[in-house]
Amino acid sequence: MSFPLLTATAALPALGAIATAAVPAARRTAAKWLALLVSVGTLVLAAIQLVRFEPGGARYQLTESHAWIKDFGVRYELGVDGIGVALIGLTALLIPFIIAAGWHDADPLETSAGPDSSFAAGRWRPTQGFFALILAVEAMVVLSFEATDVFLFYILFEAMLIPMYFLIGGFGDRAHAQGDEAAATQRSYAAVKFLLYNLVGGLIMLAAVIGLYVVAGSFSLNEIAAARASGSLHMATNTERLLFLGFFFAFAVKAPLWPLHTWLPNAMGEATAPVAVLITAVVDKVGTFAMLRFCLQLFPEASKWATPVIVVLAVISIIYGALLAVGQRDIKRLVAYASISHFGFIIMGIFAMTSQGQSGATLYMVNHGISTAALMLVAGFLISRRGSRLISDYGGVQKVAPVLAGTFLIGGLATLSLPGLAPFVSEFLVLVGTFSRYPAAGVVATLGIVLAALYVLVLYQRTMTGPVKAEVQGMPDLKVRELLVVAPLIGLLIFLGVYPKPLTDIVNPAVRQTMSDVQKKDPNPVVEAAK
Amino acid sequence: MSSSAVHSLWTTAAEGKLDKIPAPHIEYAQLAPTLIVLGAALIGVLVEAFVPRRSRYYVQVFLSVVALAAAFAAVVGLAAGGYGTTKAHIAAMGAIAVDGPALFLQGTILLASVVAVFTFAERRLDPEAHGNRVDSFAAQAASVPGSDSEQAAVKAGFTTTEVFPLALFAVSGMLVFPAANDLLTLFVALEVFSLPLYLLCALARRKRLMSQEAAVKYFLLGAFSSAFLLFGIALLYGYAGSVSYATIADVVSGSVQNVDPALAGTMGNDALLLIGGAMILMGLLFKVGAVPFHMWTPDVYQGAPTPVTGFMAAATKVAAFGALLRLLYVVLPGMSWDWRPVMWGVAIITMLGGAVVAITQTDIKRLLAYSSIAHAGFILAGVIATNADGISSVLFYLGAYSFVTIGAFAVVTLVRDAGGEATHLSKWAGLGRRSPLVAAVFAVFLLAFAGIPLTSGFSGKFAVFKAAAEGGAGALVVVGVISSAVAAFFYIRVIVLMFFSEPKADGPTVAVPSALTTAAIGVGVAVTLVLGVAPQYFLDLAHNASVFVR
Repeated sequence: MSFPLLTATAALPALGAIATAAVPAARRTAAKWLALLVSVGTLVLAAIQLVRFEPGGARYQLTESHAWIKDFGVRYELGVDGIGVALIGLTALLIPFIIAAGWHDADPLETSAGPDSSFAAGRWRPTQGFFALILAVEAMVVLSFEATDVFLFYILFEAMLIPMYFLIGGFGDRAHAQGDEAAATQRSYAAVKFLLYNLVGGLIMLAAVIGLYVVAGSFSLNEIAAARASGSLHMATNTERLLFLGFFFAFAVKAPLWPLHTWLPNAMGEATAPVAVLITAVVDKVGTFAMLRFCLQLFPEASKWATPVIVVLAVISIIYGALLAVGQRDIKRLVAYASISHFGFIIMGIFAMTSQGQSGATLYMVNHGISTAALMLVAGFLISRRGSRLISDYGGVQKVAPVLAGTFLIGGLATLSLPGLAPFVSEFLVLVGTFSRYPAAGVVATLGIVLAALYVLVLYQRTMTGPVKAEVQGMPDLKVRELLVVAPLIGLLIFLGVYPKPLTDIVNPAVRQTMSDVQKKDPNPVVEAAK
Repeated sequence: MSSSAVHSLWTTAAEGKLDKIPAPHIEYAQLAPTLIVLGAALIGVLVEAFVPRRSRYYVQVFLSVVALAAAFAAVVGLAAGGYGTTKAHIAAMGAIAVDGPALFLQGTILLASVVAVFTFAERRLDPEAHGNRVDSFAAQAASVPGSDSEQAAVKAGFTTTEVFPLALFAVSGMLVFPAANDLLTLFVALEVFSLPLYLLCALARRKRLMSQEAAVKYFLLGAFSSAFLLFGIALLYGYAGSVSYATIADVVSGSVQNVDPALAGTMGNDALLLIGGAMILMGLLFKVGAVPFHMWTPDVYQGAPTPVTGFMAAATKVAAFGALLRLLYVVLPGMSWDWRPVMWGVAIITMLGGAVVAITQTDIKRLLAYSSIAHAGFILAGVIATNADGISSVLFYLGAYSFVTIGAFAVVTLVRDAGGEATHLSKWAGLGRRSPLVAAVFAVFLLAFAGIPLTSGFSGKFAVFKAAAEGGAGALVVVGVISSAVAAFFYIRVIVLMFFSEPKADGPTVAVPSALTTAAIGVGVAVTLVLGVAPQYFLDLAHNASVFVR
């Protein structure tokens, strides 16, 4: 038996999470280094996956299959396609940066009454918990990108909510003083809102998962696809549509698509910046990924049926998210609304049903992950210095902390899809792909880019330029640790912006496969996705 | 058909000539689980009478655990001997079925009871009274709360060790209940397990008035439901001329033509069948705690001593659902068109009612009571499936649920303040800071109740919903997931309270339990996680055990 690479990629962070949680209370630093080491090890495994993955080879590669719960028809089946392997790469890449960026986020606070009293008990180990939870999320996200069994995917999709929930609710923004009742209330409100939205979505999906089993008699993507191809499985039109809606609802909550998005600004606003990155750059990608893998593949007819509505919702997301981002006074909520706008682009690209659109959407997932991480982490560094999330509390930062301001600007420019930076390529592909099938949607969505320029540049102008505010005076510039977090991300943004071919080579065959699942051809004239 | 064929264990003696009453033919070996427990209960009574007071506790605990373990071994032996599958048959002249579901449920009840007895025997939680270690039960049940005699009893260090034989009597009734194969045995079993439970409910050491009130409520409503059940039995006898499940089923399906002359006026009268069947169902749904027969649940769960609540919530539910399954699948499958719509309605209002009302609860025991009502609704969805998967999924769910429940109530006994257990939710704020481990364990149980994947709650819920969907009850599944979502809200609320709220200065302390409660909680957590991650073996077990003998 060959080495179970896919299992190992998920198992390493899972075991790392347990080990990190078990580190004694006093050895906080050891726990951090252990978590970082594990996440780097996972990155190595993910890199090996990328190397061993053959673009243009079999659809699912590096497959593993074991019996699991026979009674439910569930198998432990793993396999990656180009889309999956790219997103696993993104996840494994971002986690070390998230850990490094959140290095001090769960440290005991030095309060006026001495060290935080809740640490004194000795058994309460939030630092260990924080990093263990991040690794647990990583394990589940990676495994959900690998699962080719619907049930296995569902379990992970739901189970990852629990560690996320504790990350949001348990570790607040250091902008607030410890023991601030109002902040604690808001934080637990955000955590509960996050959990309930996603849980409701997941439970509706559960009904659809059971329905799928009743109709198809299997949870295996491969078996269902084979049964469909041989004609032995025929879904009645209405059944397929209902099941599609059940799945799509859950993914649209997770993604998030307007009007199911309202949990995201709360969650991202209240969570620490690294956790906010974890939410939007990593966990939410599972939603859009699942639309591509499960909605289109399992329910091709229903997907085509629903496309017009979904594209309209996606366009609303783009414009609505961007408009609200323009109006935000809170930096983190601004990034959250920008993300909603970007998710609109991703979903629009997926359901435009053109190969450019879907390639673009997949690239977008990766690029959005990197660019949001860059912007949000720098924003987090900024916020931790001043202790406020309000834009109006800043001004003239570029004079005191030029490096911070510069990296913030690059992250912002990536978010507004400046040509030369990675998100431009994907946004362009999505718009081209959409335009060739739904010109009107393409045109309206382009407005989103204009608005993006507005919210990013206004944000920069208000916080970084102008006269130096008194509170900002003497603000330290980026430290070495922080620079080490941001610099590679920016490097990657520039590299993928100039030379996206390595990524497109991996993604394109998988996209072609998905297109053939839904039996859609690109509208004439066919334009090969950017090579 | 001879007239004796319509008779059962209970009526052969009456039929025979008085000068030669035939000895009934009883397969003692196959009834061993029940007989062992019943025998131990009787010995327990003798222990109360003859063993010195200071050593009674140890003798009783030892006796109970050994008896329950031996009975479980007997169940395993019977199952290994094929009585659950190929050799399944009806023993004791038609009174008791020895088949897969019966053995599976008996095994579940026995295991749950062992764990429950551990929590009964816990004597480390309450502070010592006058130098004596005390458990959760009243020092002397007969003394009026607050009276001098109570104080004297407390001072003398009395403990109510009668709880152990009482629990064993209850267990023996519960063992018979799901195996009962005629209506009279069903009724006798019901009374045998109900009466000790009424007593146990009244025996709380703290908040005795509340406990006694709960017991009276439980007793009165339980007596009503017993009366309904009994009336239903009478009507069904009138309809079928027999109390035996098999004969009634035959009459329902129309394969019995000759009519008992004494019952010529009523036999085959559908009105009797419908009314009688409905009344028996009501009696069983009461024990199950389904809406609208659930009114007793919150009060009794709250008032009873918490170990008893856990025992009741787990074991009673298993036994009652077992009896319900057998009644619907063996006696009344011929009229499933009549009972299914009714049960649909009951399942829907039970799921929604339990989940919605639970939101407003402020007491952890009442919260768990309403949650148990919602869970009864989920199980009913599996019952309604009327297919083999329906049976096996219900069996699995019951097994999974009972261990979560006992574990959760065992945790409740740990969180205490000056007034005993601190059951008001506001006192649980910040528990995760004070005792991360206890809070984490309770969170695991709550997540299992909420049906989060990788816990037994999810496996069980998935199994019953899948069975229901396959049985054509897709709408029930939708209602089920909606109420799961509602239910998730209040489970999550407790987790929020424990982990994200600041601890109150006058908050409760977490008592350090002895090995007994630790074991009970540990078993609960282990079962919850094992059934969540690798349920296959137990699903197989439930699957193999899912055929009722007729």
